[in-house]
Amino acid sequence: MSLKIVVLAKQVPDTRNVGPDAMTPEGTVNRSALPAIFNPEDMNALEQALRLKDENPGSTVTVVTMGPGRAAEVIREAMYRGADGGYLLTDRAFAGADTLATSYALATAIKHVAPDVDLIIGGRQAIDGDTAQVGPQVAEKLGLNQITYTEEILSCKDGRITVKRHIDGGVETVESALPLVLTVNGSAAPCRPRNAKLVMKYKRALAPMELEKDTTYADLPYADQYEKKPYLKIGQLSCADVNADLSQCGLAGSPTKVKNVENIVFKAKESKVLTSSDADMNGLIQELLANHTIG
Amino acid sequence: MANYYSGVPELMFEMNNPLMERIAQLKERDYEDKDKYDEAPQDYADALDNYGRVLDILGDIAENVIAPNAEDVDAEGPHCENGRVRYASKTYENMEALKKAGLNGMTMPRRFGGLNLPITVYTAANEMVSAADAGLENIWSLQDCIETLYEFGNEDQHNRFIPRVCEGETMSMDLTEPDAGSDLQSVMLKATFDEENNCWRLNGCKRFITNGDSDIHLVLARSEAGTRDGRGLSMFIYDKRDGGVDVRRIENKMGIHGSPTTELVYKNAKAELCGDRKLGLIKYVMALMNGARLGIAAQSVGISQASYNEALAYAKDRKQFGKAIIEFPAVYEMISNIKAKLDAGRALLYQTSRYVDVYKALDDIARSRKLTPEERAEQKKFAKLADAFTPLAKGMNSEYANQNAYDCIQVHGGSGFMLEYACQRLYRDARITSIYEGTTQLQTVAAIRYITNGFYSSVIQEFENISTTAEFGAYLDRMKAMACKLNESIAAVKEAENQELLDICSRHLYDMTGSIIMSHLLLQNATKAPELFAKSLNVYVNLAESEVEKNYNWIRRMTADQLDSYKK
Repeated sequence: MSLKIVVLAKQVPDTRNVGPDAMTPEGTVNRSALPAIFNPEDMNALEQALRLKDENPGSTVTVVTMGPGRAAEVIREAMYRGADGGYLLTDRAFAGADTLATSYALATAIKHVAPDVDLIIGGRQAIDGDTAQVGPQVAEKLGLNQITYTEEILSCKDGRITVKRHIDGGVETVESALPLVLTVNGSAAPCRPRNAKLVMKYKRALAPMELEKDTTYADLPYADQYEKKPYLKIGQLSCADVNADLSQCGLAGSPTKVKNVENIVFKAKESKVLTSSDADMNGLIQELLANHTIG
Repeated sequence: MANYYSGVPELMFEMNNPLMERIAQLKERDYEDKDKYDEAPQDYADALDNYGRVLDILGDIAENVIAPNAEDVDAEGPHCENGRVRYASKTYENMEALKKAGLNGMTMPRRFGGLNLPITVYTAANEMVSAADAGLENIWSLQDCIETLYEFGNEDQHNRFIPRVCEGETMSMDLTEPDAGSDLQSVMLKATFDEENNCWRLNGCKRFITNGDSDIHLVLARSEAGTRDGRGLSMFIYDKRDGGVDVRRIENKMGIHGSPTTELVYKNAKAELCGDRKLGLIKYVMALMNGARLGIAAQSVGISQASYNEALAYAKDRKQFGKAIIEFPAVYEMISNIKAKLDAGRALLYQTSRYVDVYKALDDIARSRKLTPEERAEQKKFAKLADAFTPLAKGMNSEYANQNAYDCIQVHGGSGFMLEYACQRLYRDARITSIYEGTTQLQTVAAIRYITNGFYSSVIQEFENISTTAEFGAYLDRMKAMACKLNESIAAVKEAENQELLDICSRHLYDMTGSIIMSHLLLQNATKAPELFAKSLNVYVNLAESEVEKNYNWIRRMTADQLDSYKK
């Protein structure tokens, strides 16, 4: 059975090392101050999609990402690993979106480019927001089933999928009919490496937004390649392309505002010094039992 | 450690050597695949860009998959179960990553599913795999046995076997036997023709076979009953799918634990002839060995790089007497020597691989059309250079890998003797490099005729004519003085007209030759990229000069009548 799979991926600032300039005065993340990376859990999601493609010949994996021109890098990185192509959802009107506006834009785009989608797979959450809301909201907006915290897809056949998902204190196995939305945990299988042939094949793939101002594909080096190989032109969608309602997009459609982002450094006053005495050890054990760290 | 490729500018530098343009042009046959395959390059710049991108993928896998697994693989090692090899569990993870990345059949033509990359690029890949886990290199890099099958097998064999290797199936070369190690002429594994089934049958056993439970084996066996020398040996292909070869045991080795070294039993195993009968040893194994020797040279450079990384990191971190130990001359000299030998050895490795690339690419073209007289001359020139440089690259680099791993432990002091640090693994892994695929002593045997016939000296003379900048002019003068001492030593040994004296002096002449050639290569690199190589050039020329002086004195004092005192 061939599957039509959409992977939701996001280019995120690498928040694993935040400096003082991480925020703009407007209270949004200052993306230029942090290196941009493929959101780690979206990589796990991509791997699940590629495995389904491997097992189901004829399946397609399409990446949808929202962001500025440089976010097309996420689509290329996915193509280097086996995705068939993707769409960059880009428009000034999408800027400043919170999870509500983002999921609206993504859902609208999916309806436009893949109305017959079987599976939408995304990471559990992005490391810049840590909300874990976008996947579930996309499912709601499209009226689809959803399985969150996916560890592993156990089987996918005859229009049904069986998934092992992470829950507090263990895992559970659940089944659902397709189509549906899956969000994948970072503890799921890591993504495969870039493939040599695919890198050589797709290395020149570009979205229109990535071209310098007032230039076209015809102005690029190896311009003939873009004519001969249409896959080198990465799909791009604006607000108008997907008939999105402007009031639900970007800042206008976002009730959430980021107030501040900061590095948390644990200070010495938050730590306790214990001796090896029985009293101290017993006290620690009691405390850990009480807050359910152990037991 | 960063990406094993983009984090090592000295390695990236080698991929940009001017000779790469000619290599790419030959390998790509003037870019004839450009409209046939999506991944084929359009021109030289495009090809060079591809090389860098492919190596960056491998550098990433080395950093993020192979290196973190190395310790577990070393501890677990492979096991023999019911006549089959089970790799260490993380070895499968490593192999899967390399397979998913499509890094198999790297040098094979695209029509078989290969990447059609030059041997120089493959060599860099090999170096990085080794730097992350030297034992894995033995399994993965045996893919280059396919070169021999490609060169000497027929079209039907190409179509059946090469795509499988490009898909990630592994290979082995089954040569050694209990009584045939360095002396492969004594191979006794019996090959008999089975008239009834129209195939060959192999019977007997092999020992010390690296990755002996591989999918596709190249086997050296005696096809001519009654013969006892190399002329009775042929090369066979054994396909594991046919069965008939079992693993009797896995050797318990000092190092490269990830690599299963096996004893094999052939029980009427079905096999097919590769190439012509009787040419097994004299032609095909020689070709196979030359490729393998370049592979071990790359493995050695990888281990040297890892030794340098470990020593440097430790010396910066470890504090004694109130400061980091790298600030003490005794320590920083050791680390600089490691780096100098690494840079010099790497320069020799890639110079050799480029020579191999040019002549092999021309060889391949010659299989489909007649070469022009200019191309024939070029082929001949580079084949000779490759033949002369391969034993130098293998011998010198494997000795350096051992010295560097030794010094790496020394930098660690007592901690280096403990099993917690990676340096002890590097030390154990390095030890085999100067032994297998021909010991350093056999590399010397392969090199000595080029020493006595003046070939290396003529190459050195050509190197002396390559211009450098004023900054480095003085080094060139010192190298010329070293060459004079080498030539004087060669003349003295030849003059004595005593074969045994020549034999005992050969290693000394070999070390002198290697040191001078590497000095020149490092000078050429430093001239182009002083920011990368100026320091190593200085350190290395100091080392090389003392090496030349030491051996010059040894040879000067050595006479035939002293040989008795060396005999036991």
